[in-house]
Amino acid sequence: MMTSVLQPLARSMMDSFRDLLPIILVIGFFQLVVLQQPIPDLFDLLFGTLLVVLGLTFFVFGLEMGLFPIGESMARAFASKGSVTWLLLFAFALGFGTTVAEPALIAISKEAATVAAEGGMIANDKAVMTRYAVNLRLTVAVSVGLAIVIGVFRILKGWPIQYFIVVGYILVVIMTWFAPRSIIGIAYDSGGVTTSTITVPLVTALGVGLANSIQGRNPMIDGFGLIAFASLTPMIFVMAFGILVH
Amino acid sequence: MGIFTTALSTLRDVLPIAVIIFGFQFLVIRRPIANLKRVLAGFVYVLIGLTLFLEGLEQALFPLGRLMAEQLTDPAFIFGSLDNMTSVVHWADYYWVYLFAFAIGFSTTVAEPSLLAVAIKANQVSGGAIGIWGLRIAVALGVAIGIALGSFRIVTGYPLHYFIIAGYLVVVIQTIFAPRLIIPLAYDSGGVTTSTVTVPLVAALGLGLAETVPGRSTLIDGFGLIAFASLFPIITVMAYAQLSEYTARRQRRKTAQ
Repeated sequence: MMTSVLQPLARSMMDSFRDLLPIILVIGFFQLVVLQQPIPDLFDLLFGTLLVVLGLTFFVFGLEMGLFPIGESMARAFASKGSVTWLLLFAFALGFGTTVAEPALIAISKEAATVAAEGGMIANDKAVMTRYAVNLRLTVAVSVGLAIVIGVFRILKGWPIQYFIVVGYILVVIMTWFAPRSIIGIAYDSGGVTTSTITVPLVTALGVGLANSIQGRNPMIDGFGLIAFASLTPMIFVMAFGILVH
Repeated sequence: MGIFTTALSTLRDVLPIAVIIFGFQFLVIRRPIANLKRVLAGFVYVLIGLTLFLEGLEQALFPLGRLMAEQLTDPAFIFGSLDNMTSVVHWADYYWVYLFAFAIGFSTTVAEPSLLAVAIKANQVSGGAIGIWGLRIAVALGVAIGIALGSFRIVTGYPLHYFIIAGYLVVVIQTIFAPRLIIPLAYDSGGVTTSTVTVPLVAALGLGLAETVPGRSTLIDGFGLIAFASLFPIITVMAYAQLSEYTARRQRRKTAQ
């Protein structure tokens, strides 16, 4: 009995350790060979590594038990209920709700406010900067909400994703032309920071689940792609925000 | 003490998602969740897992990684001593930085939990045709190239959008020729690469470079590395699929002869 539980656990901990090994090697090599300095606090390092390995193992277990099944079962339930409005509303809520409180986004919008204030585009005053940061965050959250809505709608219709992405790229290029220079870097980065570790598995399971429950959809071709939308729209919306504010 | 703060902030991350899911489940779908206990246990596991994961990174790898990024970009290291430093730097002087950018981009991406999640799903959906490791290594190579190139851009000061637009062109051209099944997954892999592990270390590298290279501003040039890290995996994942298709076709031709 014990071995039947411990064996898979030991195996997945080994897997997690293997995932982590490259980072350890890279940091070890640069510290000892390139910078030629000793490793400080070897004990802390080993203990921390153990925590990371345990954490990754738990995460993968939770993924298969909780996040994947709930994402797929909700997709099936919405598909059998047949209410497109509720499905799209759910899509928006999921995109908006998971993004608006994302710590990486909070950090980046604060930095963006500092950039704008130092560049003289907004008043260098605390209240103005806070409002700018909050508005920027809301802009990104709305854009991710819309991205999931568009992405889900695409799955329902079975349209090819590349047309959407190419149009999105063209929009990004056009907006880059008009956007103030200081916001371009932030806008480009905001596409990457919006999708957190919990959102990604959930949204992926939702897409694949939807494609599985609708007849004639291929889960590979139609199920993936939601994350792609969620990393493209923030770029467009943040640049639009920059044009409007400045 | 630190672990409680981490647990709290992870809980704050999970809470809105849980509210939305269970809200819609009870108010709109109005059907009991199958295996509710198991699903809830799964959520708790994810919570514990992410907390331990982040706490461990914060204790072990992040401080050292950040310090390393600072030291490697420090002009005193790059030019041997500050006296050797010129007011206009040559991009090739920063070779250790590019190498570090490449290595840290690759290794952090391999450990990225959200990429692992997508790779597991893609492996299931494709019936094993897409290998978990194949996808992860293709994405990690993309991030590595992206961050190395992004560091080069900060050192030289070339405008960010030239690189990104050129990358877009490559993506569009590849889309025409790549196997259709891989395209949505390739696009997705751009967004999943940059989360918990990669962003903090990469941000430290970008900031360190923008601060110390003469003529760069942290505020304008410090951004952009994440954009690179989310563009190049799209290219490498499609290239990976094109390569496997090409070798499979050659194999078939060989056996046919």
